[in-house]
Amino acid sequence: MAEASAHAAQHHGPPTKFIWKHVFSVDHKVIGKQYYALALAAVFIGMFLSWLMRLHLVNPNAPIWGLHFLSKVGAPGDVMTPEYYLSLLTMHGTLMVFFVLTNAPFAAFGNYFLPIQIGAEDMAFPRFNMMSFWTTFVAFCFLIAAFFVPDGPPISGWTAYAPLSAVGSDAGPGLGMGQTLWGLSIFIFCIGSLLGALNFIATTLDLRAKGMTLGRMPIPSWAWFITSCIALLAFAVLLPACLLLILDRIAGTSFFIPAGLVISDKLQPHAGGSPLLWQHLFWFFGHPEVYIAILPSMGIVSHILINSMRKPLLSHKVVINCMIGIGFLSYMVWGHHMFVSGMNPYSSLEFTFPTLVITIPATILTLIWLASIYGSKLRITSASLFALGFISMFVSGGVSGLFLAQPSIDIYLHATYFVVGHFHMVMGVASLFGVFAGTYFWFPKMTGRMMNETLGKVHFWLTFVGAYCIFMPFHYLGLAGNVRRYAAFTDDFLIPLIPVHRFITYAAIITGAAQFIFLYNLIHSHFWGKKASDNPWECTSLEWSIPSPPPWNNFGGEFPVVYHDPYQYNVKTESGKDYVMQTSPERVLET
Amino acid sequence: MGKFFAVMVAVIAIASAVPIVRHTWAPPVDISTHGHLIDEQLNDTMIEVGISFLAAQFLLALFVWKSSSASSKIKAFPVGPFWLVLAALVLVGTEVVALGAFGQKAWAEVYFRPAVPDAVQIQAQAGQFAFYFRYPGADGKFGALHPDKIDEGNQNFFGLDPANDVDSRDDIVTGELAIPVHREIHLMMHAKDVGHSFYVRELRIQQDFVPGLDLSVHFTATQTGRYEIVCTQLCGLGHYNMKAYLTVLSQEDYDKWIKDKAAQQ
Amino acid sequence: MRALLEPSGEPVRTGIWVALAGIGMMFVAFTSALFVREGSASTDWHHLAVPRILYLNSIVLVASSFTLEVARRRVAAFARGITHEVAEPLRWLYGTLALGLLFVAGQYQAWLGLRAQGLFLASNPNSSFFYVLTAVHVVHVLGGLGGLLYVIGKLRRPVFALRRSTIDSASYYWHFMGGLWIYLLLIIWIKL
Repeated sequence: MAEASAHAAQHHGPPTKFIWKHVFSVDHKVIGKQYYALALAAVFIGMFLSWLMRLHLVNPNAPIWGLHFLSKVGAPGDVMTPEYYLSLLTMHGTLMVFFVLTNAPFAAFGNYFLPIQIGAEDMAFPRFNMMSFWTTFVAFCFLIAAFFVPDGPPISGWTAYAPLSAVGSDAGPGLGMGQTLWGLSIFIFCIGSLLGALNFIATTLDLRAKGMTLGRMPIPSWAWFITSCIALLAFAVLLPACLLLILDRIAGTSFFIPAGLVISDKLQPHAGGSPLLWQHLFWFFGHPEVYIAILPSMGIVSHILINSMRKPLLSHKVVINCMIGIGFLSYMVWGHHMFVSGMNPYSSLEFTFPTLVITIPATILTLIWLASIYGSKLRITSASLFALGFISMFVSGGVSGLFLAQPSIDIYLHATYFVVGHFHMVMGVASLFGVFAGTYFWFPKMTGRMMNETLGKVHFWLTFVGAYCIFMPFHYLGLAGNVRRYAAFTDDFLIPLIPVHRFITYAAIITGAAQFIFLYNLIHSHFWGKKASDNPWECTSLEWSIPSPPPWNNFGGEFPVVYHDPYQYNVKTESGKDYVMQTSPERVLET
Repeated sequence: MGKFFAVMVAVIAIASAVPIVRHTWAPPVDISTHGHLIDEQLNDTMIEVGISFLAAQFLLALFVWKSSSASSKIKAFPVGPFWLVLAALVLVGTEVVALGAFGQKAWAEVYFRPAVPDAVQIQAQAGQFAFYFRYPGADGKFGALHPDKIDEGNQNFFGLDPANDVDSRDDIVTGELAIPVHREIHLMMHAKDVGHSFYVRELRIQQDFVPGLDLSVHFTATQTGRYEIVCTQLCGLGHYNMKAYLTVLSQEDYDKWIKDKAAQQ
Repeated sequence: MRALLEPSGEPVRTGIWVALAGIGMMFVAFTSALFVREGSASTDWHHLAVPRILYLNSIVLVASSFTLEVARRRVAAFARGITHEVAEPLRWLYGTLALGLLFVAGQYQAWLGLRAQGLFLASNPNSSFFYVLTAVHVVHVLGGLGGLLYVIGKLRRPVFALRRSTIDSASYYWHFMGGLWIYLLLIIWIKL
């Protein structure tokens, strides 16, 4: 393992030219930051789109100032058309799920910190790593390009169900070039993700430093490893699905389009395809994808909590095994997205049980977190607040899953705002809280400067309360039967619910505005933040044993040796500290 | 600030629970024979979820409160991880199995049995962006569908061919779904163009229309009245506006309605 | 299981198996798509006559695996100094490359043959799957050819620079493409 590191060192010395140092860099740290920057751009665009959506929903006929600059066709006279609402909805979902929640907790932080946490000099395949970022970037460009084609972005949702997404422009605006660009974007994104997953797996298995057994890996590294195993198999299924969709659109094949469809008075020339096939392929990817979104955040939050509590979790092994269990089970549940889809009703029951069973490792994790907080000495920082907030959000978002897991209840709640509330709380909030926590925690290491703690805490409180104000009411709307993906609420039973939507919109705007505090903090601290020491949080893992920011080869050409398990807190040491770093040869006197 | 966090979590948890407990926003009155099974399941789940939700949030608040003093001491949780795992397995496991096993009653009632032989046969067609319904008429038989003959301008929504197809001559096509109360309805579902869905909140029924698949649902309404049918599967720009009305009538009123509609065809 | 998780010393050895797992999964997805599509087809499933050149192509591809194995052994002998002529192993590598290119050309012939029968990509689901499966496989074979070229390049350096793990990984990948092709041939023969 050490020899492989040495080989890596021979292959690339520190680059000096700007383009090799900052643009086409093979340094995992630069690549990690590039992924983070891409996710940051995507999340602000996605948030802006959600503002437009929320403003439109509470007043569908009112003009939104300046909207016609974004799209003359989609918003003539600044009034959003229903189809443009669906376009914004589709782009919001696609950007957030792929370019934010797969990129930030997994690709960004994982790329930056996995090699360091395991004691490696870089990823196993640095050039593939560079290619995987730039592939993802190209995918992003294809997606954004959909905003600028005459027909507009696709309107079929991030789930792109066939035949709507497959038949082309006959089915409506946005389904021409925009949908094809979407298909190409996701196809390319899959390739980037597969390359990334390959790198993570090979790095974790082969490049660990001396003494860094798998059992001694910190929890985030385990989370990134498990996530990359899931991602390898999941994206390998989405890739062919996108290919077949693109072929249906441009080559006249009929993988997903049945015979006899009459769209816009035209009999479609396709025959024999199966819309359910798209759903099966998509959700076989789609469900593991949501665990790809949450597992790294679980890992990051656990790591930060332990550090903030100054004591390890109740059981390191149980936590790892729960994450592995969630990874396995995630492949057995995809049909719960399809209970009323027309698939065989008996198979619905086959999907219910693993869906309910996945509650068990999630509950064990929550109980372990709670039991670990008991009897700890909590240090409250922006990072630890977001970590604690994650637990609250994960519970809130997770329990609503219990309703949706049961097909009989799903008959009523499917396609309502209850579902939208559920996935926003677990993905859009909990997972994002993991990213925020990781940012506040690791910013000193990545930049050598501290973020402003006061601004961080303001950001936390506005976001924590704001997110509850936005997404809890979604569940109430769902219970009332408020259907989702509606551009306006014109039905008799929906009109009385509009005041709730108005409340949500106010909350969304305020909470969204609070994110600019975070952005300001990020940028300002990067240049003018207080200088950080090597280990400001007194943390035990390997990244804190090297300078802030780390040198180009992480460990300065040395081969780190690991002597301890990852979470030696609350220990008695010769030096008097309450913790021992993994690379410290210091002995633990007693725990 | 840890104590403030604890207080906020507790406040938010209670505030979230209030609208649930007060049924501020709740499913509308159930007018179907199977709906009570769903409602019972929903309520049972809500109780279990409510307890878990509140317990978890309160424990989080309590433990964070206790750990946020200057004088907090580090101590181990009184019980080891084995017992937590066991507790989760037993508690959650039984809850989960129970919900799954008992919950399938409603599902079975809707999906595991076919419609009764003397159910009222009605066909629904979903297309961008309207629902149309077809009744077999006096001969009790539906005429064949010919997609190439669909002509919205001439109100031939289903693509019937009365000139050559005898069965379709007495078919009744309407934009409104009228059904008799207390009789099982067998609703056959045909998608004209893309995916749609049939959702009537009060009937506790939701089923996708899938192009290329012959799907159907059956249900029995227990109260007369007028209810909204809305589309819940994203189908294009008019998705938000795609609806029809379900009118549940007494048997007499229904017979009259059918006669009137037949005369209008 | 433990052994699988132990570091292999050279990441490319792990990497190639991970890559093959991903590629395999992709073809599992294609296979299930095929089965589902057949199930929903009702009237438009028209069995196609398997172009005979496919059998020839299969022999060519399997033969290339044999030549590659011979090449691997010759490289090992050369590396250990048992033989002194780099031309020996190079010959077998070039032979593998040639057989690989012959396979690709043969697949193209198969497509031309289908076109001659009036079967294009969108003609019916059987032809659609035939083209998609064979094309995606050929794309990956081209990748394998690239790997072989890389190995040949390393071997031809004045200073011997070919690592055992490089040629081993390239070989595993190539053999996997051969095995995958036999699987696809069976699927085409039985299903399409």
